[in-house]
Amino acid sequence: MNRLFYIIPLALFLFFAGLAGYMLTQEKAQTIPSQMIEEPLPEFELEPAFSGLPGVSKSDFVGGEPRLLNIWASWCLPCIAEAPHLERLNREGVEIIGIAVRDRPEAVADFLNRYGNPYSRIGSDNISSLMIEIGASGVPETYVIDAAGNIRYQHIGDVRAETVPVLLEQLEMAR
Amino acid sequence: MIAELGLAALWLSAALAVLQMISGACGIGSENRFLTRIALFIGGGRKTTGRDLDQGVLDRFSIYARPAAVVQAFLCVLSFFLLLYAFAVTDLSIKLVATNSHSAKPFIYKLTGTWGNHEGSMLLWVAVLALSGGLLAFFERRLPEKTMNATLAMQGFVALGFYLFLILSSNPFERLPLVPVEGGGLNPLLQDIGLAVHPPTLYVGYVGLSVAFSLAMGALITREVNPNFAKVMRPWVLGAWVFLTFGITAGSYWAYYELGWGGWWFWDPVENASLMPWLAATALLHSVSVLAARDALRTWTIMLGVLAFSMSMLGTFLVRSGVLTSVHAFAVDPERGSFILALLGLYIGGALAIFAVRAGSISEGKRFTVASREGALVFNNVMLSAILAIVLLGTLYPLLTEAFDVRVSVGPPYFNPASAIFAIPMFIVMAIGPLLRWKADKPKRLQFELSLLAAIVIAAIALVAILGDYSILPVLGIALSIALAVAAFLPLRGRKIARVPTATWGMVMAHFGVAVALFGMASESAFTSERLAAVAPGDTVEVSDWTVTLESVDPVAGPNWTAIEARLAAARGDEEPTMLAPQARNFWSPPTPTSESALITRWDGQLYAVIGDSAGTDAAGNARWQLRVWWKPFVPFIWYGGLLIALGGVLSIWGRVAIDLKRRRATARGVIRREEKAALDDAEPEPAE
Repeated sequence: MNRLFYIIPLALFLFFAGLAGYMLTQEKAQTIPSQMIEEPLPEFELEPAFSGLPGVSKSDFVGGEPRLLNIWASWCLPCIAEAPHLERLNREGVEIIGIAVRDRPEAVADFLNRYGNPYSRIGSDNISSLMIEIGASGVPETYVIDAAGNIRYQHIGDVRAETVPVLLEQLEMAR
Repeated sequence: MIAELGLAALWLSAALAVLQMISGACGIGSENRFLTRIALFIGGGRKTTGRDLDQGVLDRFSIYARPAAVVQAFLCVLSFFLLLYAFAVTDLSIKLVATNSHSAKPFIYKLTGTWGNHEGSMLLWVAVLALSGGLLAFFERRLPEKTMNATLAMQGFVALGFYLFLILSSNPFERLPLVPVEGGGLNPLLQDIGLAVHPPTLYVGYVGLSVAFSLAMGALITREVNPNFAKVMRPWVLGAWVFLTFGITAGSYWAYYELGWGGWWFWDPVENASLMPWLAATALLHSVSVLAARDALRTWTIMLGVLAFSMSMLGTFLVRSGVLTSVHAFAVDPERGSFILALLGLYIGGALAIFAVRAGSISEGKRFTVASREGALVFNNVMLSAILAIVLLGTLYPLLTEAFDVRVSVGPPYFNPASAIFAIPMFIVMAIGPLLRWKADKPKRLQFELSLLAAIVIAAIALVAILGDYSILPVLGIALSIALAVAAFLPLRGRKIARVPTATWGMVMAHFGVAVALFGMASESAFTSERLAAVAPGDTVEVSDWTVTLESVDPVAGPNWTAIEARLAAARGDEEPTMLAPQARNFWSPPTPTSESALITRWDGQLYAVIGDSAGTDAAGNARWQLRVWWKPFVPFIWYGGLLIALGGVLSIWGRVAIDLKRRRATARGVIRREEKAALDDAEPEPAE
């Protein structure tokens, strides 16, 4: 009994060392996924971000096919980089609803003129309220929303060529 | 040339560490032959058979352990000074200097830049390690020879690992093939005198614990765990503990004024990494005192000795490997992380294995009853260990859950109440413990003291409860701190003040410091008032009895930053306003926003102001700014308390060393007198005609 008692510290330490060793070999995840994944979208209603397209509310996500929700801003450089890939998704028949964060109508219009417009609607989130409610940590982020209005998948950062098939697959899975 | 000399000195130190380890291990006696063989295997890479170990030869070889440690200390410190010199003259052909220094930097920051990076700070670490090993080898003559040899062997083994770590994975003297024209500079955030002093202070503390570890292992190997050993170990533990206390206090104040969040402790992994060795060292300090005075708590002291050093190595591992996410950004490197983990496994795993095998054969020492000073010390040792376990669990919990792909963050809602559960009984026992007698005591004897303390606690709780509606923990904290402040001085009652030993004054001072710090913490969390407002120039914010007026907001620029600076006039009641100038700074290389808070310190608290982002415009179209103002009653008591605790430690070391020196001088005088007497006796019988 006494003997066993003195082995406890060693056993605890070996457990820790094993765990730490395992964690050192693991890829370190640099992003924290939203807690809202697998949850329904919150109720919201956003004004149009510029005069060319209508605003966005939760009801726009209900019914039909799964959609992409893209959070972006005209002042965001990675958003320029992802614009052609969003165009490609749009050509594949995916409906993309945009949320412009802390933006001005003329800047939004100018951005769409320069880099193309894959969006069916763009809402204006002037105080980042929707961003916070759905757990986005920055711009750009892209969410897959199923036809019942549930958040199914979150992509953090700009959409790249290699992200397009992932998003298409996720959209397929969300049917 | 300088760099090559430095590297050569490091290699030689490593070789001497091997010599120290082997020769120390040769002198630990035939009953520990197995460990001698392990040391020979590590040092020589060769298996030895049972027959080729002749004890006589081994004993003769063991005399090299002490000189090896002393020369090694000299070489390793030399190596550090050579790097310091390279930084002083900005030798850009050395990679470390080129990436971390700049010819135009102020001279003092060129010097502090030596340890403002991974390689340099690890070199400082091994230099302090070698220096303390050398001091131990040179001055320590009280231990039995076998225990000393085992200690030196262990110290050499520990040093060897860190030399290899330095030379193989973080060589500070690496040359660049092409000499750059200018250096890459030092992070502007690190050009702060507080930050230049804070890490070396903690390092000295960590490394002091390595000596305690080696001594504990030495005593465990030769089974010489006794009061004599405890007396040798105590100054090392005390010294390390003083440095840790000071380092943590300074670090906490730095975080408080520099981060601009108004908090003074964030339970961040890196903060916890410095707190955990302190908790273990505090427990060790008290348990080693019991061992020295009463020959009790033998295995417990050894366990704590191993634990304290484990915690400092664990801290280094967590900080340097990046397995945990922290607000402290260190150069993180998984390869170095694996190296430190391997060292951790070797030393701590090895030590705990020896402990598991040996501890059973060390008797527990003298017995005592629950109501005795030992009893109180044991109780608080357990409480400290429980708090340590709570901090350790909270720090490592994210690592554990991440292994199962769940990301969590553990913060104050866990740490505060969980540690309070054990801290409150600890403070109560801490007030009473020093009044009890050794071995056995009757609580009846302390009727006066106990009722006085109980009355103080009840009166304080009642008073705070009448004054306002506060949550339970801070109220308890305030009541206990007042009782503890009185209790700290009770051991002096009925004694002649002039004849109280210095070491006892040290205890009184340190316990009073705990009371002072606790009062500061409880007061800060109970009485702080805070205002966050969007204000335009001319607007006024009121917090407690202070009136703060924003007079203007102007852009300002420094050598490597731009900022907006607010001019605030703060007045308490009707007094003349004091000007405050908090800044929101943006450094541009690397781009880092920082918040420079502005403080007004009064005897009863601090006013703390921070200027934040632009907050749009008000109705009249004036630009508004986020202004955050706190009034924190008695908050500086936290750091005054910390300093008092450290000062108590210093007094305690002073007292012990003074007694020790006096005794040595008395012995020496006795020897001289005896020799003189003998000489006289010899002279006496001379025939006088």
